[in-house]
Amino acid sequence: MPIISVKNLTKKFKAFTAVDDISFDVEKGEIFAFLGPNGAGKTTTIKILTTLRQPTSGSIRLDDKDPAEDPEGVRRSFGIVFQDPSVDDELTAFENMEFHGVLYGMEKTLRRKRIEQLLTFVGLWDRKDDILNVFSGGMKRRLEIARGLLHHPKVLFLDEPTVGLDPQTRNHIWEYIQRLNREEGVTIFFTTHYMEEAARVASQIAVIDHGKILKQGSAQELKKATNTDSLEQAFLSLTGSGIREEEAGSIDHLRMRHRLWTRR
Amino acid sequence: MSTIYILWLRQLKRFVRSRSRMIGSLGQPLLFLVALGFGFGPVFQKAGQGNYVQFLAPGIVAMTVLFTSIFSGIEIIWDRQFGFLKETLVAPVSRLNIMIGRTLGGATVAVLQGCIVFLITLIAGFRPMDWTLLPAALGFMILIALLFTALGTAIASVLDDFHGFQLIMNFVVMPLFFLSGALFPLDDLPRILSVITRLNPLSYGVDGLRGTLVSGAHFGLGLDLGILAAITAFLLILGSYLFSKIQI
Ligand SMILES: Nc1ncnc2c1ncn2[C@@H]1O[C@H](COP(=O)(O)OP(=O)(O)OP(=O)(O)O)[C@@H](O)[C@H]1O
Ligand SMILES: [Mg+2]
Repeated sequence: MPIISVKNLTKKFKAFTAVDDISFDVEKGEIFAFLGPNGAGKTTTIKILTTLRQPTSGSIRLDDKDPAEDPEGVRRSFGIVFQDPSVDDELTAFENMEFHGVLYGMEKTLRRKRIEQLLTFVGLWDRKDDILNVFSGGMKRRLEIARGLLHHPKVLFLDEPTVGLDPQTRNHIWEYIQRLNREEGVTIFFTTHYMEEAARVASQIAVIDHGKILKQGSAQELKKATNTDSLEQAFLSLTGSGIREEEAGSIDHLRMRHRLWTRR
Repeated sequence: MSTIYILWLRQLKRFVRSRSRMIGSLGQPLLFLVALGFGFGPVFQKAGQGNYVQFLAPGIVAMTVLFTSIFSGIEIIWDRQFGFLKETLVAPVSRLNIMIGRTLGGATVAVLQGCIVFLITLIAGFRPMDWTLLPAALGFMILIALLFTALGTAIASVLDDFHGFQLIMNFVVMPLFFLSGALFPLDDLPRILSVITRLNPLSYGVDGLRGTLVSGAHFGLGLDLGILAAITAFLLILGSYLFSKIQI
């Protein structure tokens, strides 16, 4: 039985359809990549799966629970690293980790042990008592990831986890995530714009654009279906090579501007 | 339990760490105390109402608690804007517990702030009538703080950006304060004002504080306590409900 099962999921924002009748399954223990150009609907889908937003229609089961009926049960089954910042800038690195561990009901010895282990792993243990507003963007990003890995959930959502990180850190972090997947059977659902990253780690890939899933399969299958020899080419052949903002209507254009300006 | 505690602790740490916010929120009560307390003192005295600082001090303490607690509640808007709210909302913790933790945290901060201002009023010459009633006054401060933190949370749950902030300031916080009897006695008011002040929950908070600190409660301490407790319970439930409906 799949650990995530999505059927005919649709999300509308007023007249605009961000997610358009998508269906897919993610098997237990899989590393599943969700690829798509900017504005394709990846984050929106993740927000619905993680109970932060209500779908317009469609049904979802995550670890055999329905987010609409049993949000708290679903929340017990997953962990997430968000695309946008979600740490508290007025707390220290350690306090952010501690806050997370307590919210997830982790027992103290395990919590403390893992906090030390993960902060060391992302190179922040020396800075654990610094308040985050003195951290660089990359340091905050590393903290977000470390925090997401603190409790070991059944499903881990990673929304562009490695954006803004140097290649060394990226590889290092992916090794950790793959080990978590291998040794503890944690199912990974992630998005990324780095195609080689997806090709390397994902066992299943779904390509989404304009809210619709265009194709799903292994990297091998996608290349074969599009008659290309790299995932990047397969991706471009599926989604076209036009830049997204050009296609967007003027309202979307303004909305995107607005979002760029209002986001820190 | 531990989740409520950690949410509470977070609010407290944020409060203790931001000295500028703390000092900033002390400026206003101080200004009111000095400008109104000493400015209107002579007129008040001539009207046969006694010492104005003595009358005003409980009102200023109530004002401090009001401002701090509403803003603690409204802090959710910041948490939403800066993203931290998502972290709390995906955690396997009931919305009610999150609401309780936040409200207790915000209320604690507001009560601390109220105590600091109370000490300042002592420096300005205020003298409580009966020191043994101080715990009762503290009780009223706690009720005011809980009530308005819950109100702030409820309001912030339905707003999704900063733009509503000025609106709340002008149409909620200021009227609550000015139409509460914090600044003037509630006896012999014009009919409309008398009705409005009766509908304002802060009036009962101010009255409770004044009744315990100076004596001479307008509504009576029992009524003050009953109304504050009822409204606080209602707002906590409403706030939790609205909070549970937040979408990000
Ligand atoms: N709250 C909202 N109100 C209106 N439109 C929204 C809202 N949130 C997202 N959208 C729109 O939904 C579409 C999908 O957005 P989403 O964030 O899911 O894209 P994405 O695939 O994650 O893109 P990216 O790669 O840039 O992160 C976009 O056109 C976006 O403008
Ligand atoms: Mg996204």
